[in-house]
Amino acid sequence: MSEAPVAPPTASADPARERGIGLLVQPPQPRAGWRVLPARVVAMCAVELQKLRHDRTELYTRAVQPALWLLIFGQTFTRIHAIPTGGIPYIDFMAPGIIAQSAMFIAIFYGIQIIWERDAGVLNKLLVTPTPRSALITGKAFAAGVKSLIQAVVVIAIAAVLGVALTWNPLRLLGVGAAVVLGSAFFSCLSMTIAGVVLSRDRLMGIGQAITMPLFFGSNALYPVAVMPGWLQAVSRANPLSYQVDALRGLLLGTPAHLAADFGVLLVAAAAGIAAASSLLGRLAR
Amino acid sequence: MTEDPADRTAGDAAAGPADAVTCAGLVHTFGETRAVDGLELSVRPGEVFGLLGPNGAGKTTAIRCITTLLPVPAGTVRVFGRDAAQERMAVRRLLGYVPQQLSADAALTGRENVTLFARVFDVPRRERAARVAQALAAVDLTEAADRLANTYSGGMVRRLELAQALVSAPRLLILDEPTIGLDPIARTGVWDHINAVRAATGMTVLVTTHYMDEADQYCDRVGLMHRGRIRALGTPAELRQGLGERRRAEGTGGDALPTLEDVFRAVAGSGLDESSGDFRDVRSTRRTAHRVG
Ligand SMILES: Nc1ncnc2c1ncn2[C@@H]1O[C@H](COP(=O)(O)OP(=O)(O)OP(=O)(O)O)[C@@H](O)[C@H]1O
Ligand SMILES: [Mg+2]
Repeated sequence: MSEAPVAPPTASADPARERGIGLLVQPPQPRAGWRVLPARVVAMCAVELQKLRHDRTELYTRAVQPALWLLIFGQTFTRIHAIPTGGIPYIDFMAPGIIAQSAMFIAIFYGIQIIWERDAGVLNKLLVTPTPRSALITGKAFAAGVKSLIQAVVVIAIAAVLGVALTWNPLRLLGVGAAVVLGSAFFSCLSMTIAGVVLSRDRLMGIGQAITMPLFFGSNALYPVAVMPGWLQAVSRANPLSYQVDALRGLLLGTPAHLAADFGVLLVAAAAGIAAASSLLGRLAR
Repeated sequence: MTEDPADRTAGDAAAGPADAVTCAGLVHTFGETRAVDGLELSVRPGEVFGLLGPNGAGKTTAIRCITTLLPVPAGTVRVFGRDAAQERMAVRRLLGYVPQQLSADAALTGRENVTLFARVFDVPRRERAARVAQALAAVDLTEAADRLANTYSGGMVRRLELAQALVSAPRLLILDEPTIGLDPIARTGVWDHINAVRAATGMTVLVTTHYMDEADQYCDRVGLMHRGRIRALGTPAELRQGLGERRRAEGTGGDALPTLEDVFRAVAGSGLDESSGDFRDVRSTRRTAHRVG
């Protein structure tokens, strides 16, 4: 347009309205202070829900494994009474563990998505919006939580069909949701932190596969802490998954649990995860 | 360049109405590579400024410094007077950015892609749907808005990205090779939409391209970058004339009027060794072209 002189910005509103793009002249009023974070969390969660609405295959394929655990492992061990569960059927005992496991699997592989977004250029564009890195990571962490939560609903439904005596108290279910979201926020941040270190999808995939099983078996998901050897008890005590399982078990089955400590640990773990992943996000931006 | 903050504010007061973009002494290195090497650049408000240069000249790196994606290790970068190193959020609110590679989220619809950017730029809910619809209409994607982006052609993805950038009413639109890999009709389409929105809103456009005909036709001024620095600056006509006069003085080049491509060759071909346009660049360009095709 070297021949046409530049339109002065002052006379701009009218031609814009004529073309039906009047709103594109006025920049939106920025949100300030504390309101930024919840708004970004909502934005990221909305994207996750939209993606789930377009493609539910992952939801179904990811339901297969927990269903098998409950159906085969759960029913068999219920019959042989090999594990002391404090008087409840084994399948009931393990159901919260399987819910936590399936939520963790989703969260642990969430970092792959952020590497994919990096490779696709989507992450770079988000980083050029008025979104602080910590808000972006918090948003992603809660988006992973939403994804896990929907998965957890599916697993809870499977467990209910298999006859597990779960609570239907809405307050307790709300607590279940909170525990699932917080746990997933931690594990997705762990995953995004590793993503920020290794910077490659393949390596993250390998590390994810290497750590999920130790995290699962090194927790109280399948057996009570009391029957573990001493070293495994120590591992379990350092493993956020154990606290999540303990909370889920207490809320869903009404077994004795340490809810305050559980939620305290999950909150601190999630916050630490967000801090770690945010500080490494810059490496993904290069 | 001065690093003294007191000096900076003094400079501000003297500068009057701020330039859209000012880079002073900008340096950015990747290990041994000096991608940007003392860049001096000023883009005036309201103009379309074309940043040209061979592969590896440092265009994308400079743009990533201006967009706050990369830190500013040396020198200063300002966007409408705001320091890109110190007022990142303020700078980002002024920017719309379309990166070199195609980057819409393929798992979302066109409308959802734009809505995400409306949300992260704090467009209030009551205005959101209308604003998103206007952005999509501005790039002619109303019909396709509710299809998944993975069904879009390359030209449509580029226009979708334009809508994503426009939804926040940026004062500065930064486009890194917006027409790479597009067919001639799609290229014209992208430019027509850029120009229509610009005429309506008066925004400033900073664009890079390898197509000299585009630069000649659509840019008010161009800067030819080579090895991290601007080597020639002016309107396309000025640059063509300048080269013509130099050739006449030297008695080379014959009667034909030089084109902008000749200017490009004269600048980029001078003392060009094989260090520029390395494998990385070619690969990323190919990848972009592949994603488009
Ligand atoms: N992330 C990076 N790590 C290492 N080197 C890089 C990185 N990004 C760019 N470079 C190098 O910096 C130099 C400038 O690259 P840049 O992408 O800015 O060039 P460009 O002008 O945009 O080129 P093109 O026209 O091919 O897009 C090149 O030599 C490139 O290899
Ligand atoms: Mg480039």
